[in-house]
Amino acid sequence: MSVSKKRPPLYFVIPAVFIAAGVLLPLVYLVLRASEADWEVSSNLIFRERNLILLMNTIKLTLGVLFTTSLIAGPLAWLTVRTDIPHKKWITLISVMPLAIPGYILAYALLGMGGANGTFYHLFGLEIPRLSGYWGSLVSISLYTYPYMYLNLRSGLLGLDPSVEEAARSLGNPSWRVYGRIVIPQLRPAFLSGILIIGLYVLGDFGAVSLMRFETFSYALFLQYSASYDRIYAAWLALMLLGLTATILVMEYRLLKGLLYHRAGTGSARKIRLSKLGNLKYPAYGGLALLLFFAIVIPVTTIFFWSTRSVLGVNWADLTSTLWMSISASAPAAILTSIMAVPLAYISIRFPSKTSRGLERIAYFGYATPPLALALAFVFFSLNSAPFLYQTLTLLIVAYSLHFLAEAMGPVRSALYQAPPRLEEAARSLGHPPLAAFMRSTFPLLRNGIVAGAALVFLSCMKELPITILLSPIGFETLALNVWSYSNEAMFAEAAPFAIAILLFSSLFVGILFSREWTRS
Amino acid sequence: MSTLLRVNGLTKRFESQSPDVVSEVSFTVEPNEIFAILGPSGCGKTTTLRLMAGFEQADKGSVELRSRVIECQHFHIAPEKRGIGFVFQEYALFPHLNVAENVAFGLNAMKRKVRELRVDEMLKLTGLADFKFRKPHELSGGQQQRVALARALAPMPDIIFLDEPFSNLDAVMRQSTRNEIRSILKKAGTSAILVTHDQEEALSFADRIAVMNNGRIEQVGTPEEVYYSPRTEFVALFLGRTNVLKAKAHGMEAYTDMGELMIDRPSKGDIKLSIRPEHLTLERVNERNCNGLCGTVLSKEFKGHDITYRVQLRTGDCIVHTDNRMSFVTGDRVVVKPLEPAVVLEY
Repeated sequence: MSVSKKRPPLYFVIPAVFIAAGVLLPLVYLVLRASEADWEVSSNLIFRERNLILLMNTIKLTLGVLFTTSLIAGPLAWLTVRTDIPHKKWITLISVMPLAIPGYILAYALLGMGGANGTFYHLFGLEIPRLSGYWGSLVSISLYTYPYMYLNLRSGLLGLDPSVEEAARSLGNPSWRVYGRIVIPQLRPAFLSGILIIGLYVLGDFGAVSLMRFETFSYALFLQYSASYDRIYAAWLALMLLGLTATILVMEYRLLKGLLYHRAGTGSARKIRLSKLGNLKYPAYGGLALLLFFAIVIPVTTIFFWSTRSVLGVNWADLTSTLWMSISASAPAAILTSIMAVPLAYISIRFPSKTSRGLERIAYFGYATPPLALALAFVFFSLNSAPFLYQTLTLLIVAYSLHFLAEAMGPVRSALYQAPPRLEEAARSLGHPPLAAFMRSTFPLLRNGIVAGAALVFLSCMKELPITILLSPIGFETLALNVWSYSNEAMFAEAAPFAIAILLFSSLFVGILFSREWTRS
Repeated sequence: MSTLLRVNGLTKRFESQSPDVVSEVSFTVEPNEIFAILGPSGCGKTTTLRLMAGFEQADKGSVELRSRVIECQHFHIAPEKRGIGFVFQEYALFPHLNVAENVAFGLNAMKRKVRELRVDEMLKLTGLADFKFRKPHELSGGQQQRVALARALAPMPDIIFLDEPFSNLDAVMRQSTRNEIRSILKKAGTSAILVTHDQEEALSFADRIAVMNNGRIEQVGTPEEVYYSPRTEFVALFLGRTNVLKAKAHGMEAYTDMGELMIDRPSKGDIKLSIRPEHLTLERVNERNCNGLCGTVLSKEFKGHDITYRVQLRTGDCIVHTDNRMSFVTGDRVVVKPLEPAVVLEY
């Protein structure tokens, strides 16, 4: 007997398929472009020693950042969840604030701080060495990304069932062994998802490594593309970068498989017994202060210091026109992204199947793809199949949207979970055809999620750098682009006003992200 | 009057390998009738309702409403075109609309004036006139329930489906809301199908009941019929406490642990009987009534107006309801006497 199944409505399936194609198609062009050269040329490009150095550099930086961020985030999460340290809410809030200072801004601040002409010399008469290269990249990326690890570990710790630990204690384990045998193993999924986010970020980062002159795949790809116009080698580098990304995704999937720990009992979770810090809280405060001094105080002071050093004063006309250009790309991208997020989220939640999960995963793949590789793919795609789109604002907006789609999906998905499917059925039984039923019953409930998603995407676009560099039309300057190009030329004073504007927008981003996290827990 | 709704051989499974969730279900509903589908959770009763409403698609069988086919294997009329009102278990009120807007939701085709009149009429019928501008979350469970009913009734559907509508109410509210809703439905003259797992609810609410088990309907009948003359052991047990006895029948009598019993229809050989505890009574053992078939009182539950005794017989035990004047204590030797003929079960 055949089984009649409900199918998702076509007016949602068609856009979803288009979106998926929009992410995948450019990547196909990347492969096409790379395979243009004959095998001899290609193998020369692939098996040169330089690639090995790039690979080593990239891996070294990724591991270094993962190690540093874990070292910062682990104790911080324990401190704010499992101890009786006062003002936990504030400490949590402040600990997440470095997210508001993007890696390239931090790199700019670190560069502007040291050296013979640095902030330190001007303010204190001290000449400290200027961080650059590996260590400079490591510090600027770690200080920016550790909050991702912290937030993951924190919610992991909050989700643990205290009775499991109590059971372990009652079976005769001292408290340190409970941590080793019960708590840390249970935190593995949270830790892994932190690793995934940060690992992907390091692979994709372009701003910090380029300012610090540290050659990873992303930076080399940019140099190859912009300086020598060797597009085939650039395509190969992009493919290698994609390979590395895929490796991380597969490893994460393998490691996470079967690691989903559920609370087995049905008993309601009791409060965790907090460790008493006593006088240890002073060194804890001290460590916290040190972290924030490096992650927030120094960069912010440096930027504001430089903003007062400009010879000509702030060029307001330039600033407003740049701001306007940033907005003219970011706002349409935010709207387009939210429109795209609704059908994808709807299909994946209401009609779960292999296909709908696949479609949704493609959206996340667009987010995981290193932005430079994605941008390069769009360059090839437009040059080859749609020359009228090359170097247009439209293409930039589409690339933004496909890259940041995952950011809008989150809030829309959680809003959809709040809207029971029965509402739409009720609307249908009251005489409304499917689309009208959706628009009148479910859509009003998605509004907040859509707005939150659009806001996140808007602010992300405002500070986006690598895609903008490759795809922006000639003469199109955004805030991020100006910060990067001025600091690339060591014109720190000129970069400062743009950096301050970015700080403002990314603080808003963190504010939204965090208020959502806050209301959820 | 012609039949309003006719369901014929309705069948549905969700995975091609798994068994049918709804299997060969057939019944009819007459105009102005309140019909109940009663069964344990997972028996397929809600799926049956959703198939008839058009939220799921049937694999086999058909549904006709007013002699028009609305569902069969390759033909599914969209839910919005069926003219069926649906009251959901969780009410599914639109949280962003107030009471009046919720009730007006299905009245798109009407002119504004007419629509407002209809909304007011519905609110009056359901006693919600004072809550017209409240949002759903500002209402009690019982009030939300009545909004859901008013909303479903407003477009004047041919029939209304109620999916476990009282299960989210507490025990006190349930009783009164049930009575209110029954009288609203009767006043509106609307036919309804109620799906429930609560036998008391089905017995007191419905004009006729279909008892469902494992995707199949085991019996359809009035509350009295299904209660007093259950066709199967499942129906007998699901509709209240009963004694199921193995017996050897000859004609209108059967021999059991309790002795010779009258049965409701002639049978022969090994059969199963059901006899409700209130159709039995107890007597103290004496020389005359004891012919070797007496039992012992195992336990006693005093419930005010009546008493439930559990009596140990030769090969099992049985339960007996007596009025509160009969007073036995645990360990008393008693004889169980039937007051009514026992019911022969089919399986």
